[in-house]
Amino acid sequence: MIPSERRADRGADGTGRGTGSTNHDGARATPPPVRRIAPGRHPRVVSSIQPIDDAGAGNGQGDVGVASATARRRAARPTTAAIERMRVESVSLAYGQHWVVRDVSLPVRQGEVLALIGASGSGKTTLLRSLNRLTEITAGAGRAGRITLDGEEIHEIEVNALRRRVTMVFQQPNPFPMSIFENVAYAVRETPAGRGRRRRRLRRGQLEPAVREALRRAGLHDEVGNDLDRPALALSGGQQQRLCIARALAANPEVLLLDEPCSALDPISTAIIEELIQGLRESVAVVIVTHNLQQAQRVADHVAFMHLGELIEYGTAEQVFDNPRQQRTRDYIGGAFG
Amino acid sequence: MTAAASAPTQEPTLAIVRPRRESTSSWPLADRLAHLLCWTVGIGLCLLTAAIVLLMLVKGISQLRLHLLLEPPSPSLHQSQSGGFSTPIIGTLIVTAIGTAVAVPAAVALATWLSEYGRPRWLARAVESGIETIAGIPSIVLALFGLLIFARPFFGILSGSANNGSVSGQSFLVAGLVMALLAMPLVASTVLEGFMQLPPRLREASFALGKTRASTTRHVLLPAIRPAIASGSVLGMGRIIGDTAIIWILLGGTLKNVPVGSAPIVSTLRGTGSTLTSYIYSNAVGEGNSHQKAYAAAFVLLLIVLALNALVTRLSGGRSAYLPGGLGARR
Repeated sequence: MIPSERRADRGADGTGRGTGSTNHDGARATPPPVRRIAPGRHPRVVSSIQPIDDAGAGNGQGDVGVASATARRRAARPTTAAIERMRVESVSLAYGQHWVVRDVSLPVRQGEVLALIGASGSGKTTLLRSLNRLTEITAGAGRAGRITLDGEEIHEIEVNALRRRVTMVFQQPNPFPMSIFENVAYAVRETPAGRGRRRRRLRRGQLEPAVREALRRAGLHDEVGNDLDRPALALSGGQQQRLCIARALAANPEVLLLDEPCSALDPISTAIIEELIQGLRESVAVVIVTHNLQQAQRVADHVAFMHLGELIEYGTAEQVFDNPRQQRTRDYIGGAFG
Repeated sequence: MTAAASAPTQEPTLAIVRPRRESTSSWPLADRLAHLLCWTVGIGLCLLTAAIVLLMLVKGISQLRLHLLLEPPSPSLHQSQSGGFSTPIIGTLIVTAIGTAVAVPAAVALATWLSEYGRPRWLARAVESGIETIAGIPSIVLALFGLLIFARPFFGILSGSANNGSVSGQSFLVAGLVMALLAMPLVASTVLEGFMQLPPRLREASFALGKTRASTTRHVLLPAIRPAIASGSVLGMGRIIGDTAIIWILLGGTLKNVPVGSAPIVSTLRGTGSTLTSYIYSNAVGEGNSHQKAYAAAFVLLLIVLALNALVTRLSGGRSAYLPGGLGARR
């Protein structure tokens, strides 16, 4: 009874979004900037699940992948080749004696959005936080298995360097109690200037282009660009969250982690941020934890369904939502639990 | 049942329909007595506070003259010639400035370490109980301790010394330093409270940007608890201004400032003097025996303390998004 009702809702949503998708594609006349892959890092280019237009790869020109998008989706498929940034191999995570994630293996690719879905307590947030070693703040946290960033085990990377490459946005907007400019500049400032050179505190003039670029990428520049000295906490909740995204993007990360970024926001702000996420995946690998199945459906290219610490199913969004292989996935998506 | 029956006769004229407040008439006698006691004490305290402020106001204003604020005390048998209390006011300011300048940075550092580092655990516990212990020591004991330490020849630079090499251990510097010790627990616990009230997400946000613990503390956490630091400082100042025992023992009890040496400012700091509290003491019961001037000085002291209290209220209700009562509390 209940599952069939939910399905009907999804269908209705889907058609609604289908009509909206043309608007969205039309609005995105200029593609988002493609992030240059830093030399010295060796990303592994893997074959994408989706057909890729080779001409479009690398420069992100044109929305060639639109054809493969289902009617339900708002936005086009990514046009660049998916580049594997992170790899999670047989990872188990524990707090003290309590295992919260068991034996999970996943790829995290630039050029697509990975959604982690599952009920509360399924370990998806813990898995997300382990990707930039934020779990280590909690005493007693431990990990088994391997997590690599561009082929390098993340335990081998200096923790603050790792967190500049894998940044995170949280459930609650948490801007720092300073101006909009300072919030973003804080992320750029004090990045080590390279080996042998002294750390140098950058002046405002030197920081401003990077700050404005980050605000542009987060879609906030038009709203706040002419008054960057306003206190960040005077912004609305949705703007605050986009400021947090700008802050996370300012350090030019390879991977962006989003922990239920819209759960404290109203539907309009949510829609803006979802659109933003889809634009970002070209230049940065995006992993999003969400409770909201519709949201996962709207923004994700791949979906990982977790239940009680185990990865039950991983696949493309279409496959997981339309033809789930596992019974538990079917139950969850159908609304039987969670 | 009796309560319900007697209720309408108690409040028959109420026009607005409100649920009737719980009647105490059905309570056991002991509870009713305790209830009465709570009311009495509460109201009594209000009356007492009002009485103190009003009495000091009336007595103080009637005795306060402008020349008292501008003239230094001068020992004389005639009250009309014994001067005012300009140097005690300056003395109060000097001691408070020294005490605050030492106590606040130390307390902030201490609270930061306890809140953000605090390892090993046993050491943090020891530091915490150390703070509590100092907070509980009577100031006269702290003063004696200060005298023991600072009267050693090693600390001769802080105060005056006699020709035979013995050090007095009494000066503005010494009094200020011991005052810092007196105020530090208060400031530290207020700042620590501020740290505790910050939501973990603020720290995490900074860590997630690849910021070190030091950078997070300096650029995010300390700015966020600025109101707590401010109100802690003001509370500490109030504590310093009001203390008499340390002044009496460590400031030498001279009514006028008696400089040591000839260097312009240092000589005053190394010398002895008085503050408003010691001035009040010596005029109320000591050799001065001039109650009128004691009232006037007490009035000035009370004004300073009340102003500081008002400042605390202002500051602790100030704009901090991440402390309760601030801007962010709305969400």
